[in-house]
Amino acid sequence: MSGSDLIMYEEEFSRIDDELQRLYVQTNAKVVFLVDKNGQLIASAGETRDIDTTSLASLTAGNIAATGGIARLLGEKEFTILFHEGEKDNIHISLIGQRVILVVIFDKRSSLGLVRLRVKKASEALVKIFNDITTKSEKEKSVDSFDESPFAEISDEDIDNLFR
Amino acid sequence: MSFINYSSREINCKIVYYGPGLCGKTTNLQYVYKKTNPDQKGKLISLATETERTLFFDFLPLALGDIKGFKVRFHLYTVPGQVFYAASRKLILKGVDGVVFVADSQIERMEANIESLEDLRINLGEQGYDLDKLPYTVQYNKRDLPNVAPVDSMNKLLNPRNVPHFEGIAVTGPGVFETLKNVAKQVLIELKKHY
Repeated sequence: MSGSDLIMYEEEFSRIDDELQRLYVQTNAKVVFLVDKNGQLIASAGETRDIDTTSLASLTAGNIAATGGIARLLGEKEFTILFHEGEKDNIHISLIGQRVILVVIFDKRSSLGLVRLRVKKASEALVKIFNDITTKSEKEKSVDSFDESPFAEISDEDIDNLFR
Repeated sequence: MSFINYSSREINCKIVYYGPGLCGKTTNLQYVYKKTNPDQKGKLISLATETERTLFFDFLPLALGDIKGFKVRFHLYTVPGQVFYAASRKLILKGVDGVVFVADSQIERMEANIESLEDLRINLGEQGYDLDKLPYTVQYNKRDLPNVAPVDSMNKLLNPRNVPHFEGIAVTGPGVFETLKNVAKQVLIELKKHY
């Protein structure tokens, strides 16, 4: 493994959750969610019940990856914002600190201007949280915290049981 | 790159099925989808052309169960096999935790297998991965066809390191779950080493 695994701790998760809830309220959005660049859903806020968030997360990451590919072909580092307009719903996708993707789905109760403004503010806060996560997981790795790791104890039997 | 969430107690890992065009990567995922309990799987997403050739990727999320109180989820992806989709193929490998190389057993596809394997190595290298250090399983698919190469010679040609390999007939299922289980197991063992 590349050593760049994303590890989410309780404290940071709740900070992220607060940030997303705030953004959800401030933008009047339908759904707000955060995905890592590899397509894993990190957190969400809003009316997620009717949405297949797992699929949405993977497709969003694919979308960002494809757009990133186009950017590099054109000599750009990255296109940081994508916006798709639909008949009823719109989707605003932005890349944050090169590693996570913030997605806001909104309808006519909100506006693109408002979403852009609030996303910008939220992005700054989220970058800070993710920097903290990186620092923390590096620290945890260097300190020998293996006693607490739930994975050190995984047995072959545990793994086999998954496939029963 | 696996995603470990201590808050929701989940582990998410990414497995990519790689191989030459028409070797059966999508068919592997379709079989897994068909045979998995509804409560363990999400939607199978296929970004394909009108002629059902993979254009960008297929995606299947699987929730296998719990290990030490953590929900274990695998996200299975395929790449588009056709040579000219090279740019897209590279993107799918981002953040991969384990690779399945699906080889087409038909003698006339050996050249394509070799080319695809070479392409896999290069693309992984560009993302900072080394195939020799990743959880990696090989599947020799289409064993039901008449003109297949012997497994021994395919293994010599495509699998000099002799990583775990399985014979498969993805259309009807033999070998599909054996392959998946093997790579998933390697991914979890790798995880165990690091955390």
